[in-house]
Amino acid sequence: MKKTIVTACSLFALLILAPASTLAENVNVEEVVNKANLAAYYAGDDGKAEVNMTITDSQGRERTREFVILRKDKEDGGAQFFYVYFKKPSDVSKMVFMVHKNVDKDDNRWMYLPALDLVKRIAASDKRTSFVGSNFMYEDVSGRNLSEDTRELVESNDTHYVIKNTPKKPEDVEFSSYTVQIDKKTFLPVKGVYLDKNGKEYRIVEATKVEEIDGIPTVTESKVTDLAAGSSTVSKFTNVKYNIGLKEDIFTERYLRRPPREARR
Amino acid sequence: MKKTAFIALSALSALLACETGPAAAEEGKSLTDRLYDDYGIEMLGFAETRWGTRLVDDENEDTLSIGEARAQLELTRYFDAFTLQFKGDLLADAVTEELEADIRSLNVAFRPSDVLDVKIGRMVSTWGTGDLVFINDMFPKDWQSFFIGRDDEYLKQASNSIRTGLFLGDYTIDVVYTPRFQGSEFVSGERLSYFNPGAGQIVGQNMVMADDAPDAYFEDDETSVRLSKRFGGVETALYGYMGFWQEPEGMDATTSKAIYPRLNVWGASARSPMLGGIGNIEVGYYDSFDDDDGLNPYIRPSEYRFLVGFERELAHELTGGFQYYLEAIDEYENYEQTVAPGMEARDEYRQMLTMRLTKLMMQQTLTLSLFAYYSPTDNDGYIRPKFKYKLTDNWLVDGGFNLFFGEDEHTFWGRFEDNSNAFVGMRYSF
Repeated sequence: MKKTIVTACSLFALLILAPASTLAENVNVEEVVNKANLAAYYAGDDGKAEVNMTITDSQGRERTREFVILRKDKEDGGAQFFYVYFKKPSDVSKMVFMVHKNVDKDDNRWMYLPALDLVKRIAASDKRTSFVGSNFMYEDVSGRNLSEDTRELVESNDTHYVIKNTPKKPEDVEFSSYTVQIDKKTFLPVKGVYLDKNGKEYRIVEATKVEEIDGIPTVTESKVTDLAAGSSTVSKFTNVKYNIGLKEDIFTERYLRRPPREARR
Repeated sequence: MKKTAFIALSALSALLACETGPAAAEEGKSLTDRLYDDYGIEMLGFAETRWGTRLVDDENEDTLSIGEARAQLELTRYFDAFTLQFKGDLLADAVTEELEADIRSLNVAFRPSDVLDVKIGRMVSTWGTGDLVFINDMFPKDWQSFFIGRDDEYLKQASNSIRTGLFLGDYTIDVVYTPRFQGSEFVSGERLSYFNPGAGQIVGQNMVMADDAPDAYFEDDETSVRLSKRFGGVETALYGYMGFWQEPEGMDATTSKAIYPRLNVWGASARSPMLGGIGNIEVGYYDSFDDDDGLNPYIRPSEYRFLVGFERELAHELTGGFQYYLEAIDEYENYEQTVAPGMEARDEYRQMLTMRLTKLMMQQTLTLSLFAYYSPTDNDGYIRPKFKYKLTDNWLVDGGFNLFFGEDEHTFWGRFEDNSNAFVGMRYSF
């Protein structure tokens, strides 16, 4: 009797799921990627998080970075502002890194060095550079421009879309391609695997913890592993808040010199 | 004063010991965290030691170019309506054999209205677009610290000022008012030697320059103004300064003392991303109005100054910056007439090139950098190769060279040529 029920249930499940997976085959890759981009980088109209990074080198030595990140979107999928206020280590404490991210042209970046009261402009040419010495790159933090890659769906299973991304200008980047697993429920990219120029896996970016915050699925812990160098970085996001009403003028020189309340502890 | 400094240094050492000692570990909370959690005070600081030696024999100066132990403590407390900040250094200097206390910040910052920021007290200020070349930044500097291998932070001196920022839509007006002239720390012979045109040779401790600085409150004051606006990615600014030459660029003929003549500066700058990098341009007119159109032989003549620069990433983790700088003497014919016989006249145009290369390695824990000034017109220059290695988040070692060279002894960099030195430092930050 029990067995019959189980069989019936499985059958039922199969009936329900079958059309779904057929649909998945006709999935619009660009639509999925756009949704993933919004889920990963444009949640809410603005947001705040306290970030604690632990960098572990190949010899097991650890270094930490602590900062607060403020973000405001000008439009979903479009221009954004970022304000990163450093707390630790102490030699970079109170430094500010600010980005006006653009989709159709180069980003504008600033750095504020409080000891010299110096507002420095930084060239935004190489986004594949380590962010504060960690295994995260600038692009992992603010998102890779969608127009830089071509994409194909390589797999669609019950839980994930798997999309392969190939750079249009391979000479500009250190990888030959990367595949991203996107969660079908949340549309959050949960794992990215990068292949080097020889087609060998060398870098993995993972969302290791996802929580719902203010109704928004949020990555609260992520990890980057550099298989080639033997180093890794774990980022933990705490005190995540969305739609806190950040004003646009926070992202100006005025607030580099005087960090806004939202950026402090 | 010396005693106070010593007591403060001891107190700071004790504080440091608490910070790193087993007591802190037992409670599982550092002093920094306890201060913040219990009193809302943010604490930062470091302790360091730094040593260096002259690479050229100079009979009038010590071989030791730098030898010091320094501790810095920074305390910040945010209140609802204002912020208090203190940052002070204690320095035990083996070259001058003195203990010094230097307050780098002691100020209150508040926002009386949505469009106005005010900061009153002791502070460091910086503006302008140049990289280690300053045209419209007339805030006090300490080139001596820079030349002997102290951290870049010490190139800027603090001053007692009132700073206001007025934010009107896209326009920002900054005013920094210093009621009493401070002036830059200059090379006087005490610690670094220089070419003295009067003596006709390089002099040091045998002929320390005596100066007479203007020091009357509200009379000998300085006002710096900046009006800035951003057009998309392009940042533009107009500047004005009313005060004095930052270094003693004049001489009192009766006392033979070096003096700081009056000076007004008017200028403009623009900075923008371009060609995959950042480009900047800055101009200024130095109106040395007591020079009688260049006819006063005891006062540095008025000058036009011009700077154009470009910085970009050259390769992975390698950044390059290049600048061209021009200084032109106004009313040069007048100036030429006043040069005393036997003295070297300055060229009408002084040109200078700078180059910066910065390479980050080993997951950005090692920084190799090179900054070079070279003047093709004076045929002199100054080269600063440096390394910085972060052993851990707290420990840092650094070192480098300050190399001066020049065909003649009387030119801008040539006059320091006996001061070339090498230095190393070690710092613990908390």
